[in-house]
Amino acid sequence: MSMTTQGGMRRAATLPRRGTAGRLAGQLGWFSLGLGLLEIVAARPLARQLGMHGREDLLRLQGLREVVMGVGILTARDRRPWIIGRVAGDAVDAALLAGHAPHARPGSLALAMASVAAVTVLDLICAESLRTEEGDYAARADAVRAYATRSAFPKGLEQSRGAARDFQVPRDFRIPDALRPWNAA
Amino acid sequence: MRALVWHGKEDIRCESVPDPRIEHPRDAIIKVTSCAICGSDLHLFDNMIPAMKRGDIMGHEAMGEVVEVGPEASGKLKVGDRVVVPFTITCGECWQCKRGNFSLCERTNRNGAMQEKVFGRVGAGLFGYTQLTGGYPGGQAEYLRVPCADETHIKVPSTLSDEQVLFLSDILPTGWQGAVQCDIQPEDTVCIWGAGPVGLMCVVSAVLLGAKQVICIDRVPERLAMAQANGAIPINFDTESVIQRIDELTDRKGPEKCIDAVGMEAHATATLDSIYDRVKQAMMLESDRAHVLREMVYVARPGGVLSVPGVYGGLVDKFPMGLVMNKGLTIRTGQTHVRRWTDDLLRRIEEGQLDPSFVITHKVPLEQGPAMYKTFRDKQDGCVKVVLKP
Repeated sequence: MSMTTQGGMRRAATLPRRGTAGRLAGQLGWFSLGLGLLEIVAARPLARQLGMHGREDLLRLQGLREVVMGVGILTARDRRPWIIGRVAGDAVDAALLAGHAPHARPGSLALAMASVAAVTVLDLICAESLRTEEGDYAARADAVRAYATRSAFPKGLEQSRGAARDFQVPRDFRIPDALRPWNAA
Repeated sequence: MRALVWHGKEDIRCESVPDPRIEHPRDAIIKVTSCAICGSDLHLFDNMIPAMKRGDIMGHEAMGEVVEVGPEASGKLKVGDRVVVPFTITCGECWQCKRGNFSLCERTNRNGAMQEKVFGRVGAGLFGYTQLTGGYPGGQAEYLRVPCADETHIKVPSTLSDEQVLFLSDILPTGWQGAVQCDIQPEDTVCIWGAGPVGLMCVVSAVLLGAKQVICIDRVPERLAMAQANGAIPINFDTESVIQRIDELTDRKGPEKCIDAVGMEAHATATLDSIYDRVKQAMMLESDRAHVLREMVYVARPGGVLSVPGVYGGLVDKFPMGLVMNKGLTIRTGQTHVRRWTDDLLRRIEEGQLDPSFVITHKVPLEQGPAMYKTFRDKQDGCVKVVLKP
């Protein structure tokens, strides 16, 4: 039982293919990058829409944060801490929007708030899913190799197929007679 | 004694607690030699099932040596006997027990009134699995009090190791019942969702029971590797379309038999409906994520059987009852009637037909249990099954 653990497993040098959550994280990374750049280059018109006139530097700072998050997500081996960072960033965004709400254009504010809420849900789902998906890639690759020979059948797989056909399925566990072949006993 | 104690969400601690004692003449006390963390313990770790109480002792997969026997249990048990403890506590005398429906025992849930309010009727008492099922201290401890011990035990011979027989307590008979509920025929394709310990036992059982083809769906590569090593065709839902692949494997007919070995915490991100479930669950508008049930209903061959050994705790949403009706599907589910199957399974282990210890990946002292909950839940370090040694 080589995998029975007293310690961790070796790390491999390369990253395997990302799963669904990893790919979603990547998309959120690109989204971060794009949003961040937008906040930096278009801080003035955005500030006008969101009631943050005179706070353009704060908006650029948020943009810089988004860019850092985006780069972090796209380059990290383990993307989960960065996605959790995004959730914290979402909270900051929501607080800023709420703080400047009295000065914002209602339509723009509603759109921005809805967008933050939707992205927060995606961030949370992604963070949760990454917990099991990212893990330790190398350990996973080693485990796949180690487990590929673990069998429940001491006599071998082929000899075990149907070995329990002698088992009498109790009457109350049998499929309904109506679903058996019409000519079956 | 030392025991793993529940304190809240993701908060399980190894603590000193009072030793158990005989409380009823049918009780016995066992010194636990091995116990395991079950996938369904993770629902408690995640606080997904209500009615856990701070201080509850965890665990319902345990075995050990009898060290004390109450006077009414002494006819069938004696000090020194080596026993595996079924996770369902059974009186052996009630209407359900007499029919072999041990997990529905009408007498052993001492908090039956509480469960009746939630479920309408009462089921058996369970070890270490919320106040709803009796609030009995669990087996992740140095000692365990076994109520109705004259009925609630499986004697095991000394020729077999703990690892070979421990899983008679739950996952082996659960996987077996999951397959037996399908009444597998030689021409059947059996499709199993989930390659966790119960899913793997379903795979093994379906192979032994002679299914023509066994398919196993998961996204954890090492678990799929284990399923494949035991005769299943693996489908990784992260990298391929489940429905398309099943269509290919069944000539677009669908599997005759489907088994849900996942339960209420199916992962989000795979499909739109699973994201919908996650959002609704977060808003407390549903308790269980039913993606696997929906997918089984959709892909099953008309007239097929859906077997659900996976644990569900409450309410699901968007369940396609119209498909169930129009496809003439049969759904079979329930907690495992452990003792109904264990004599036969023990014989098969003794005869060398199967060895369920293949699933153990981590064997650690009880003190490392709290950390192993997280490792197991997050599927880290190749973790598939954890055995604890008190």
